[in-house]
Amino acid sequence: MGFNLFGLSVYLVNPALMFGFAGVLALLILGTIAALVLPAMQPGKWSDLGPRMRSWWIIVILVGGALLLGWQATAIVFGLISFLALKEFLTLAPTRKEDRLIVFLAYISIALNYGLIFADTLFEDSYQIYLVFTPVYLFLAAAATMAWIGRTDGYLSTVGVIHWGTVVCVYNIGYIAFLMRTPDAEAPAGAAGLVFFLLFIVQLNDVAQYCWGKAFGRTKITPKVSPNKTWEGAIGGWLTTALVFYFLAPYFTPLTPLHAAIMGVVVPMFGFFGDITMSAVKRDLGVKDTSRLIPGHGGVLDRLDSLTFAAPIYFHLLAYFALERF
Amino acid sequence: MLQVIRRYGLMLIVRPIARLLFTLDAIGGEKLPKDGPAIIAANHNSHIDTVVLLCLFPSKLLPKLRPVAAADHFDKGGFGSWFSKTVIGIIPIKRGGASRGEDVLLAAKEALTRGEILVVFPEGSRGEPEAMTRFKTGVARLAEFCPAATVTPVYLQGAGRSLPKDAKLLVPFNTTAVIGDPLTWNGSHHAFIEALRERIEALKAQAPPLRWE
Repeated sequence: MGFNLFGLSVYLVNPALMFGFAGVLALLILGTIAALVLPAMQPGKWSDLGPRMRSWWIIVILVGGALLLGWQATAIVFGLISFLALKEFLTLAPTRKEDRLIVFLAYISIALNYGLIFADTLFEDSYQIYLVFTPVYLFLAAAATMAWIGRTDGYLSTVGVIHWGTVVCVYNIGYIAFLMRTPDAEAPAGAAGLVFFLLFIVQLNDVAQYCWGKAFGRTKITPKVSPNKTWEGAIGGWLTTALVFYFLAPYFTPLTPLHAAIMGVVVPMFGFFGDITMSAVKRDLGVKDTSRLIPGHGGVLDRLDSLTFAAPIYFHLLAYFALERF
Repeated sequence: MLQVIRRYGLMLIVRPIARLLFTLDAIGGEKLPKDGPAIIAANHNSHIDTVVLLCLFPSKLLPKLRPVAAADHFDKGGFGSWFSKTVIGIIPIKRGGASRGEDVLLAAKEALTRGEILVVFPEGSRGEPEAMTRFKTGVARLAEFCPAATVTPVYLQGAGRSLPKDAKLLVPFNTTAVIGDPLTWNGSHHAFIEALRERIEALKAQAPPLRWE
């Protein structure tokens, strides 16, 4: 399993991808300068910004480096991210001492789910196998295992927790790594360009919603779940992201203008719903952050919330509109 | 030489693996003692508790950190004893079966005199996962012996799910350590362990809610 060094050289000469990385780097440097200057100007107010920016550097180097190294490295990095996210979810979700074995099996599912990404070329048409494996067969396996070992007390709630966790943290996040198996010839900036664009758009949506909300936010959108979210922020962020998507799509995706417009509207909307869904889960579990693993951000799931919804729809719409491979 | 291997072993192997498997969330880490003599007192549910506590400290303090552990479990002779005492750095302590007049705390007291940091579990046993039992008075006697040593209460959550007593299978869950303000010797064994216990119980409120029956 040699890493795709040829792919690396292809990406390094791809102007769109390099421009994208340069843009992200510029944002990081700007943020780092802000983190150095703002706390000195207004002491106490920006204490969070320093650790937040340091964490961003690590995230960008880790994920960006994996993208440049190719699909194997991307699958390994997102496999680890899935593990950390699932562990956060299963730590907060209700489980019992007797459920330890089934929780252990849920972790094994990460190896199976990402193993299918590695085994992509092994079976004919294994695209379909990835699609159904975790949501259907892992679900059945978990349910049957619980019945086999005779766990009938709280049966549905445990099977439900395991299914929820594996689909959201493993299967949906796995789409990011799976997209890297697109042949590079199918997209203007290769498979890495497709994945980069997804991650960029979803993070941009979060930031744009925040900025519009700060500037014009009045009307609360989901007061019970996310009291900081407003209609003004959500719509402003949505429009901003949709426009950026539409204008940048030709450099990163093989979409026609009409299809780019459709995806520009749909993908950020899914991101928004991922965000409020994870907030609802956190409310139910009684926490604000899912862990303290990423200084300044909270847990892995706090950072991934929008992606758990946006990654599958981005993949499927691309597959439907443009990608020959899937 | 051994200390160098231990220190880098903790930094490069134990801590990264522990962080991957248990995340090792810490609240109030700045309240930990920066030097000895000192005592860390935590609730006890799992062998992993010791790993979690050792990882809380900067690795340069490792030579001074001495977990106080049951001799009947960790000092049964052979390789296990050598590993526990030399590599992990435990101080074995007899639980019951000590003859009258024998001071079971002697080795721990000597360590305090040397300026080391003791890691103690006042419950004396892991017990049922994620449930606290009665505290033994040993920690109070140590605080009495060395009033210069502060006793820092730590509430540990989660390790009892990953590896409860009698379990063979390790299942990763996140752990949280909540560190409280240190106590000093107050003149009474009973009052001291009561105060310590209350403090650890109070720290529980800062940890994420535990849904575990």
